[in-house]
Amino acid sequence: MSFTSHTENLFNQLPKGLQDLMESARDATDNAAKPALQRRTFLKVVTASGFALGAFPLMGQAQTAASGAATASSLKPTQQPSAFVRIDPDGTVTVTINRLDFGQGVQTGLPMILAEELDADWSRVKSQHGNADAAYVDPAFGIHITGGSGAIKNSYTQYRELGARTRAMLMAAAAAQWGVDVSTLGTQQGVVIGPSGKRLGYGELAAAAMKLPVPESVVLKDPKQFQIIGKPTGRLDARAKSSGGQSYGIDVRLPGMLTAVVAHPPVFAGKVKSLDDVAAKAVKGVKAVLRVPLDRGGEGVAVVAEGYWAAKQGRDALKVEWDTATVEKVDSARQLTSYRALAQTTGAIKYNADVSKLATAPRKISAEFVFPYLAHAPMEPLNCTVQLSGQGAEARAELWLGTQMPGFDTLAASKVLEVAPKNVKMNVQMAGGGFGRRAIMSSEYVVEACGVAKAARAAGLTDAVRTLWSREDDIRGGYYRPMHLHRAEIGFDAAGQVLAWDHVIVGQSIMGGTAFEGMMVKGGVDDTMVEGMKEPYDIPMRLSVHHPKLNVPVLWWRSVGSTHTAYVMETLIDEIARASGQDPVAYRLRQFGSKHPRHTAALQIAVDKSGYGKRTLANGRAWGVAVHESFNTVVAYVVEASVKDNTPQLHSITAGVHCNLAINPTSIEAQVQGAALMGLSMCLPGAAITLKDGVVEQSNFGDFVVPRITDMPTVAVHIVPSADAPTGLGEPGLPPLAPAFANAIAKLTGKTPRELPFKLA
Amino acid sequence: MPTLNINGKDTAVNADDSTPILWALRDTLGMTGTKFGCGAALCGACTVHLNGAAIRSCVTPIGAAVGQKITTIEAVAADRVGKAVQDAWVRHDVAQCGYCQSGQVMSATALLKTNSKPTDADIDAAMAGNICRCGTYVRIRAAIKDAAVALA
Repeated sequence: MSFTSHTENLFNQLPKGLQDLMESARDATDNAAKPALQRRTFLKVVTASGFALGAFPLMGQAQTAASGAATASSLKPTQQPSAFVRIDPDGTVTVTINRLDFGQGVQTGLPMILAEELDADWSRVKSQHGNADAAYVDPAFGIHITGGSGAIKNSYTQYRELGARTRAMLMAAAAAQWGVDVSTLGTQQGVVIGPSGKRLGYGELAAAAMKLPVPESVVLKDPKQFQIIGKPTGRLDARAKSSGGQSYGIDVRLPGMLTAVVAHPPVFAGKVKSLDDVAAKAVKGVKAVLRVPLDRGGEGVAVVAEGYWAAKQGRDALKVEWDTATVEKVDSARQLTSYRALAQTTGAIKYNADVSKLATAPRKISAEFVFPYLAHAPMEPLNCTVQLSGQGAEARAELWLGTQMPGFDTLAASKVLEVAPKNVKMNVQMAGGGFGRRAIMSSEYVVEACGVAKAARAAGLTDAVRTLWSREDDIRGGYYRPMHLHRAEIGFDAAGQVLAWDHVIVGQSIMGGTAFEGMMVKGGVDDTMVEGMKEPYDIPMRLSVHHPKLNVPVLWWRSVGSTHTAYVMETLIDEIARASGQDPVAYRLRQFGSKHPRHTAALQIAVDKSGYGKRTLANGRAWGVAVHESFNTVVAYVVEASVKDNTPQLHSITAGVHCNLAINPTSIEAQVQGAALMGLSMCLPGAAITLKDGVVEQSNFGDFVVPRITDMPTVAVHIVPSADAPTGLGEPGLPPLAPAFANAIAKLTGKTPRELPFKLA
Repeated sequence: MPTLNINGKDTAVNADDSTPILWALRDTLGMTGTKFGCGAALCGACTVHLNGAAIRSCVTPIGAAVGQKITTIEAVAADRVGKAVQDAWVRHDVAQCGYCQSGQVMSATALLKTNSKPTDADIDAAMAGNICRCGTYVRIRAAIKDAAVALA
């Protein structure tokens, strides 16, 4: 997601109702935390075998344990070590992460940051997911969110301080035990070292340390002292994920748990006209067939059964007549025609430079770009398990799911289930990919699962219900990267100097109609659609947008607006360079000048390491280059490609990455490799979602194409050294790949592909 | 009630013959290491071994597996090749979200059991049925080659 330019006061811009709900959760937690912060009256949070250090218990635990007088603390829930660190007597350190790990590696990266300042023994560090407790909000946004490549960027200082606070408490405990001044102590790899070499392990000190005050201010290390940060480090979950031992949301098993598969209407927001469920109910294992409300006012039919297979068989046996008479039926061909017409007119203005020089410019480019809807298609199909209990004010709900926004989902579940937010317990599970699909502002699949659980309970089924989507449900389920059309009219001179650039983008607003509309849609322009336009180039641009409203739910897709803006900008810049007889790398470096040193450094390292301009390529191959900043990180690609029988092929990728301080180079390399491939995915024939009379035409990996190992080029990742505070990497590796590939194709064929996926004549 | 030989153990499965092996494993027996990805033999997340060969358990009914040997990700480390593949997976830090990796490991193990020195082309051919949406393919290639060296 794209909040990079809005890191302050986002909370204040949320709708009032949402703020109130967030605040009530926070207040409950703050009150609970207060007694714990009084000296010597700390709550003892005993876990299975260890102690949560310090004083800040998880919200649920606090509610049962809170009592006594209150002492205000200047520390926020996000700064309390006990919500984040547990040290077992054997010295094992468990770090709680305030994000969803769905592959991007924060499950290892955040513990590395904390362990650094803690001076932990890395071989004894583990990690676990947090939940919807107030401690686990993003410290910059004040809401629970995994997105915008913000985990490391926004929690770097937070996790360092948490580690340093914990270390200070352990040292204070050792000083008390030895009767020495704390200034005489040091720490190393999970041990406090005292005068004359006395040693006490963190595990031995944890019980005493947790009774000591939490220091409010701490001194952090000089980055030159870092031992863990910056070291290539394997994922903490590597073994579990290589041996079938990692549990995901889909793997949750509860006693008596039932599985629901929902028949969704063929057109978004359609309803059930008539239902014949006789055959479905006859399927062995089917317990109930229930009409359930769906997202956007739609209605579906849930088949609840013992296990997925019975539920799926039951769904296949349903005879449903759908009512789609009153809903809009989007058709991709008609949509393209209407977008094309809209692009001829000026829309809501983002940039408003004088473009009058277009008329007289000696050279011109007139271009139209088309990008289709794209599904996220994470490998773990969407699922959410719900257990309901109690009645009235005592009604409770417990949910298990992989989600990027557990706070939003809590509120959504609360509303559907009519259960107070404090009685909704979220169990955030490791997720099998997401790419944005598990951050739904309407909490669509959570709302659906809650609707199913509620209906099942009303039908007398009291066990937990897991609602599980088939792959077909996922591909046809909407919340796509929006379809876009760009139109550009560019005038430039013989030296490649842009004199005027008139640009229009047409595409649905992602933020419109959501809780984020107020903060992200300004003057009719959804920032997530225009991010990545113009910058870093100093060009006179008039940019306007149209946001048609259509009956297709849309959503951020890894790197959001940059999935299309980077393609448009970087292929056009390349075209201007080539048209004015300039080397595309030299042209870009000149444009970056002294104003954009990170762009220059990223491009330069990719150029140097690839041998661009120095190495002679094999016959039929060409270089392609692109550079793009997204989410405060700059990635440059130099690629080698060929075209054979009108089929473009990408052979090698050299990446230059500027993400400031590299926390875990292994993870950075993996993220760039993966994001590059997802960038390539946009180019592959078949990588498009299309609609015919309101119905999505694709259904599974057979017709919605995603890259396979046979599509994977070699990837070399080079990181620009830096000691500045780190920026994120979940997304920035994606945007520049497709344009770099396209620029190589343009060199080989003389024509830049202007439609994704590539359709070469 | 069919009896299946799963990971060397005869196991009675309370499911109809037509139930795919995947759902018998996951829902009936609670063995969740084998993953559901597409339900149509298009992604390979559900790969298990049937008599040592990689098959897609989401489209193979249990009735077709009676009297044969099923091996799943939970037991593949008991096999020398399977263990070498898993160790290489860890050394190369292959997994990201990790959801497809049970299937990837099973396909790679089946490959190395019949081809001890696979080329890039061999690897691509054997692994093309296994989708990884995170894009770990570079590391998968390297890990398979490394496992082959470790086994030599």
